[in-house]
Amino acid sequence: MNLHEYQSKELMAAYGLPVLPGYCCYTPGEVEAAADLLGGGVCVVKAQVHAGGRGKGGGVKLAKSAAEAREHGEAILGMKLVTPQTGKDGKLVRKVYVEAGCNIDKEFYLSMLVDRAAKRIAIVVSTEGGMDIEEVAEKTPDKIITELVDPSVGLQSFQALQVGFRLGLTAPLAREFASLLDGLYDLFVENDLSLLEINPLVLTKEGQFVLLDAKCTVDNNAMFRHPDLKEYQDYDEMDPRDLRAGKHGLSYVGLDGNIGCMVNGAGLAMGTMDIIKEFGGEPANFLDVGGGATKETVTEAFKILLDDSNVKAILVNIFGGIMKCDVIAGGIVEAAKELSLEVPLVVRLQGTNVDEGRKILADSGLNIQPADTMGDAAEKAVRAAQ
Amino acid sequence: MSILVNKDTKVLTQGMTGKSGSFHTEKCLEYGTQMVAGVGPGKGGKEHLGIPLFDTVEQAKDKTGANASIIYVPPPFAADAIMEAVDADLDLVICITEGIPVLDMLKVNTFMKGKRTRLVGPNCPGVITPGEAKLGIMPGQIHKPGNVGVVSRSGTLTYEAVFQLTELGIGQSTCVGIGGDPLNGTNFIDCLELFEADPDTEAVVMIGEIGGTAEEEAAAWIQENMKKPVVSFIAGATAPAGRTMGHAGAIVSGGKGTAEGKFAALEAAGVTVSRSPAMLGEKIQGLLK
Repeated sequence: MNLHEYQSKELMAAYGLPVLPGYCCYTPGEVEAAADLLGGGVCVVKAQVHAGGRGKGGGVKLAKSAAEAREHGEAILGMKLVTPQTGKDGKLVRKVYVEAGCNIDKEFYLSMLVDRAAKRIAIVVSTEGGMDIEEVAEKTPDKIITELVDPSVGLQSFQALQVGFRLGLTAPLAREFASLLDGLYDLFVENDLSLLEINPLVLTKEGQFVLLDAKCTVDNNAMFRHPDLKEYQDYDEMDPRDLRAGKHGLSYVGLDGNIGCMVNGAGLAMGTMDIIKEFGGEPANFLDVGGGATKETVTEAFKILLDDSNVKAILVNIFGGIMKCDVIAGGIVEAAKELSLEVPLVVRLQGTNVDEGRKILADSGLNIQPADTMGDAAEKAVRAAQ
Repeated sequence: MSILVNKDTKVLTQGMTGKSGSFHTEKCLEYGTQMVAGVGPGKGGKEHLGIPLFDTVEQAKDKTGANASIIYVPPPFAADAIMEAVDADLDLVICITEGIPVLDMLKVNTFMKGKRTRLVGPNCPGVITPGEAKLGIMPGQIHKPGNVGVVSRSGTLTYEAVFQLTELGIGQSTCVGIGGDPLNGTNFIDCLELFEADPDTEAVVMIGEIGGTAEEEAAAWIQENMKKPVVSFIAGATAPAGRTMGHAGAIVSGGKGTAEGKFAALEAAGVTVSRSPAMLGEKIQGLLK
């Protein structure tokens, strides 16, 4: 689960970490009032959407007065913000964060994440703050500093200090930085984050560190122990199809193609998308119905697929292990009848009770193209979608 | 002719009395696996499916001689269950549970340092040596005893590969599902090493997914150490970047972990790559001739 910048900063403020005062606003009027509360001087109006690169798309604007802040609020609220991470359609901005300004002297990059290969928590810092860190890592890898932390031991003082000195900080600043790192590390582990990114972390002309941007991702698997964080879930930022699928225990990711896919198992679902592409087609989605799908979930899966107007054919690929093919076939027939399915439907069933399943499909009187193998199914679906 | 499990493996089950624990324990029994004990705090002295229950793993091991465990415990308690099994010094622990927090798995990893127990999973279908023992949730009937080892991050895609092999009359030595989570116990290299040393495995099917670097590391290991032929498929060539594809570990982030990168690394290491998941059986058949 991704947190907005303002939510991340709320969390950081609760840990006593240095964030600037700010307010989340939904209307230009609120923006002006917030700017006034911040002193009426320099402030920054920032679009709150789940995407990086907001500045590049015009979603972050500096204001010198409350009136100017209001103007920026009018421009940003309701805009479709396009950034390198949003895709060409952009994201609708529903709220902005109005934050006090500061005098930037230096900018750093700081992130924490779980390093899969090292099986440690990695702290990554760089003197190249405010830049695209992937670009920095590619062009100047020596400017990326990584420190690995064993979570059972925790972040040690020497490690935190060492990172500060590697950044070239003076001793007093390195100490300041180390205590900042300590707080962020506690926040990371206590809230089950999988990613925490501060870009930039700034050092002001007054010699203070400030977390100027903040991005947190909470491990979805750990939400059961953070009921408080659930309130941060922003349903407006989620694809409504993903949301609906999630409610029914389905795992769905929308894509741009025209062949709707319904598969059991994540690996097989990805493999099905891949083989469609091998045959020259384009998958419309990833959809894993899971191991325990029932007639109801199959019907719901069909509804989600058919809501996508791009879908010109549907490919069902089920490998019955625990799941029985006759149950799935029954679900497909019922759903197809209930939804008066008009697009071509290719069904490949294999595994437990496959003969019974195929018989149910054949006897249904529906226009279903059966397929024996994955390759056969993909070929038929690609042809049907043309 | 197998790795990890065989007809002599004695299995205890943690979380056996729950719905999926019961269902799959029954299937494992039907397959002929030695299911000797169930563990659940407060259940000691009772029986379920004709199998004696114990309060702790330690007791179950002492009383039955179990040397392996299968875990179906729900995510909030699964990491603890793994550590209990490791602490009891079992040979093998297979964790089926999906959805364990990644920080819990970091703890498990540290806890296992210096211990000899091998963990397979979590979020995996388990391990099967066809004709001998089934420790997991895979459909037993599609397997056939033979000489091809299978190792995979995916469940149903493994069944697909096994089915293709069996249809062609090619049996399997052992099939290992290492799981779809970002942090797991046994990895590709561990399994490849075991298959390489197993006199009855002649070739290996390795099924990877986008995300992480496990396949690239396996490729480097294969190039250096593996003499037996390997056929590989990587799922997710068409997956969009930055999105988690069902499995928590299946995500391309920051341009890393792409299917293309993994295919390229495997090809460079001399692995026979199959760009189509439907051709794994035929590719193996070609290599065995």
